[in-house]
Amino acid sequence: MPLHAYLILAALVFAIGLFGVLTRKNAVGILLGIELMLNAVNVNLVAFSRFRDDLAGLIFTLFTIAITVAEVAVGLAIVIVIFRVRRTIEADHLDLLRG
Amino acid sequence: MRIGSPELALLVLALPFASFLAIGLIRPLRRSGRPAAAISIVAMAGALLGAATMSWQGLPVARALNPSVLWSWLPADGGPMASVGVWVDGMAMQMCVLVTLISLLVQVYSWSYLADEPPPSLGRYYAYQSLFAFSMLGLVLSPGFLQMFVFWELVGLCSYLLIGYWYERPEAARAAVKAFWITKLGDLGFVAGIVMLWSATGTFDFWPLFQAAESGALHVDGLTTIMFLIYLGAVGKSAQFPLHIWLPDAMEGPTPVSALIHAATMVTAGVYMVARAYPLFALVPSLLVLIAWVGAFTALLAATMACVERDIKRVLAYSTISQLGYMMAANGAGAPEAAFQHLTTHGVFKALLFLGAGIVIHHFHTNDVFRMGGLFVQRPWVGISFLVGTLALAGVLPPGFLSKEAILGGVLHGHLTGPFVLLIVTSFLTAFYMFRAVFLAFFGHAHVHHEHPEPPLAMDAVCRALAALTLAQGIWAVVAGHHAEGPAWLPWASLALAFGGIALAWATYQAGVLDPARLSAAFAPIDFLARRRYFLDTIFAGAYRFALLSFSRVVGWVDRYVVDGVLNALSAGALRAGDALRRLQTGQPQDYVYGVALGVLLLLVWAQVR
Repeated sequence: MPLHAYLILAALVFAIGLFGVLTRKNAVGILLGIELMLNAVNVNLVAFSRFRDDLAGLIFTLFTIAITVAEVAVGLAIVIVIFRVRRTIEADHLDLLRG
Repeated sequence: MRIGSPELALLVLALPFASFLAIGLIRPLRRSGRPAAAISIVAMAGALLGAATMSWQGLPVARALNPSVLWSWLPADGGPMASVGVWVDGMAMQMCVLVTLISLLVQVYSWSYLADEPPPSLGRYYAYQSLFAFSMLGLVLSPGFLQMFVFWELVGLCSYLLIGYWYERPEAARAAVKAFWITKLGDLGFVAGIVMLWSATGTFDFWPLFQAAESGALHVDGLTTIMFLIYLGAVGKSAQFPLHIWLPDAMEGPTPVSALIHAATMVTAGVYMVARAYPLFALVPSLLVLIAWVGAFTALLAATMACVERDIKRVLAYSTISQLGYMMAANGAGAPEAAFQHLTTHGVFKALLFLGAGIVIHHFHTNDVFRMGGLFVQRPWVGISFLVGTLALAGVLPPGFLSKEAILGGVLHGHLTGPFVLLIVTSFLTAFYMFRAVFLAFFGHAHVHHEHPEPPLAMDAVCRALAALTLAQGIWAVVAGHHAEGPAWLPWASLALAFGGIALAWATYQAGVLDPARLSAAFAPIDFLARRRYFLDTIFAGAYRFALLSFSRVVGWVDRYVVDGVLNALSAGALRAGDALRRLQTGQPQDYVYGVALGVLLLLVWAQVR
């Protein structure tokens, strides 16, 4: 399969993730959307690595996965704390920054 | 023309200034009171000695000699703009003697008169007195208009400070401010006039101006306007109609101050200035006629007001205005020598009258002549001194008689029949109102019977000295043969008028032949107006209030709607803009992500399009 097929897939996954981030009301859903966007990037990196015979992309992907795990851990911890304090994880209700 | 030593003139100027600096700057000295007074008096005595020596040693010189010693002042590219120095001619020397003499006597008198003042106030008083003497001497010795103006303003300041000496009293504070404002009105004209003269001729100095004026080489466009503006300064300072209204109120100051500043010296500065600058005034005959008319009218107007005044100091104040009117009329009639002669004699006997009035007020504890009486029997010496002054003022005793004759003769000689008639009526009124005060205060029934302390020795001695000086001046004038020009009937006519005035006062207030009420009813309209000061104070107060209020309204409107308006618009705009922008901050994280995504998209599109 040619490179652009992977790139289109990655773009689709990224767009789906972004859509999720923007539209999901549940904080956990938003985290899932972020996860999708990150993995779309991973697909891109791996595809470029494969087609250009350059290991740097693979190594980057490994780093990204590790960081993603950490991010999910921190994100979920924050969601739990918010739930404890506010008794909700609805994004619409988390508007303490409103001007 | 006589010329004196400039070094002595500078010494005369320096002594009171040194005394002022010492008292003014050394705080413990000022607050100690009596020592400060002693220093001021000693300095004044030294100045008198210097002035007398200067006058004594004055040498007669040719007319063409410049009597001034100058130092350049205000350096500019094209040479100095002005000069300072001393101008020591006969008039200045006589004036120096008069100023230092009256200052000294008044300061000695004040030593007793203000004995009850707290020491710090007394120190302040003597500091002002020294400053005044310095300023007045500086004015007298000025060799040019600019220096004269500087000292002119300084004496105005001293007048303000001394009228308001008892500044806790609202009337005194008001009177001080009034005197300051009214004279400033004239001073505006003065300063505008001398600057215009300077821009036309390039000099402030008297000598080149007078030389050019006398040789007919002075060609200035609008000289009439310039000289009129300069004359306005004299109108304010010498209390000419219509700016005379400050002088009666100035009597709120201590009596010695009234004697020195508002009778003998400062108020004569205007007369002195016009007499000094006479060569220039002589070039504008139409203005001289105006000066004569205004002077004569002022003399009569003030005399009528003096006739109905109850306050003895104010009677004297009106008589001062009236006599200043005489002097100005003489200036206008082309007889500045007569004006100056009257200035010197008037200075002495008016100081005598004021200081005598001070003793009278001290005795009766009131200013109201109708609540006085019988002082002549109790204090014959005070009575005799006061009577000497009164007779001189009424034009019966030689110094006053001769100088007044000189003025009347001069006015007649100048073919000014109108002013002459006004002045002759005034001389009748002068005798009347002065003897009205004398009969009421010194004769008649004693209204209060409790025992009074003797007047302090210093006050009494000063009065006697002034009375002796008045007589000496008279004798000297007769011996020196000051024969007034004018027709032979003039002295007899004016003597008859003076005695007529005295007789009328005697008949009304002493013998009781005439009822004062009937007398005032006979002159009902004048009486009505004079008692209300011809509504001039009301008009001035109204005009002042109107001008001030309208100006304040305009300023208030500008402040409220223009200044505040701009600020309010700015702050309202900022508030609205902030309110609109606030709505962008929803606090929803997803909205921010929208923003980020949109931003990235726009950047991408922009990168592509570029």
